[in-house]
Amino acid sequence: MNKLIRFIPLILFIALGVVLYRGLSLNPQALPSALIGKKMPEYQLTQLKDESRVLTPADLKGKIVLINVWATWCPTCKYEHPYLLDVAKDPRVVLYGLNYKDERAAALEWLTHYKDPYVYSIFDEAGTLGLDLGVYGAPETFVLDHHGVIRKRFAGAIDTRVWQREFLPLITELEAERAKGI
Amino acid sequence: MLRKLVLIFVSLWFCSLAVASPVDTYVFEDEVTKVRFQALTKELRCPKCQNQNLADSNSPIAADLRREVYNLLDEGKTDTEIVDFMVNRYGEFVLYRPKVNSLTYVLWFGPAVLILIGVLVVVFILRRKPQVKESQALSSEQKSQLNDILKDK
Repeated sequence: MNKLIRFIPLILFIALGVVLYRGLSLNPQALPSALIGKKMPEYQLTQLKDESRVLTPADLKGKIVLINVWATWCPTCKYEHPYLLDVAKDPRVVLYGLNYKDERAAALEWLTHYKDPYVYSIFDEAGTLGLDLGVYGAPETFVLDHHGVIRKRFAGAIDTRVWQREFLPLITELEAERAKGI
Repeated sequence: MLRKLVLIFVSLWFCSLAVASPVDTYVFEDEVTKVRFQALTKELRCPKCQNQNLADSNSPIAADLRREVYNLLDEGKTDTEIVDFMVNRYGEFVLYRPKVNSLTYVLWFGPAVLILIGVLVVVFILRRKPQVKESQALSSEQKSQLNDILKDK
């Protein structure tokens, strides 16, 4: 018994070491979204390319919907853009844009210049939908399942590595769920 | 002289305070709303710059959220409603004082439990202290030996 007690500090030290070592590889910037498992918040906003067209969540059609939050003032969005053009070609997902706190003219020019990967972009000048989605920067990408429920929020740029690690497993999972009729 | 110097230092200190926080020009209906606004923006954490509260942060998202707090106060929402509004969008993360629930028990009660364990360990060690042997009477042989030694002196 007495000998065992002598080892307690060592055991505690090792346990603390494991906890702290794990902390080194965690990303404190990665926040879980409060909207996971919830429906897309309600909104009535115009389409970026057509001021007269008012969009609501009912206009997000697709079995797996991606909503990419972007803006012309965001350098990381520029980095991400070529990959989004690839993502748009993936037949399993439908990619929509949320133009967040931007100017319409600048955003339109961006899409002409860099090509438009989105089915359409929602124009959220005041950032109201962004606020309801808990957006705290750009780019962010939300994944909605076939029930219109938010399943994932990814903050940061999408590239090949991120797409394979963060999105492909979820897409496979969502397709399996749909096949099972969940 | 000294008093003047102190006055200068104190006023300089206030200057630095004014510069350190972002300046918003919100006009409040009454003093109570102002105090509530200040309290809320101190309690709510900026989601972008994670170790600052809304009141301290210069980031655009913090400015947006301050404006939102202001608007919600203007609409006559209660403090709890405003906090819930933020939590529903940005998660429990925005609370500098997290709610007490199964996820945060360790956070809230961990320190108290650790102190308790510490106290228990100390008590345990103190109790285990070897008992002082009771003084035993000398045998007659030892007594005579002792006397012999003392006589020599």
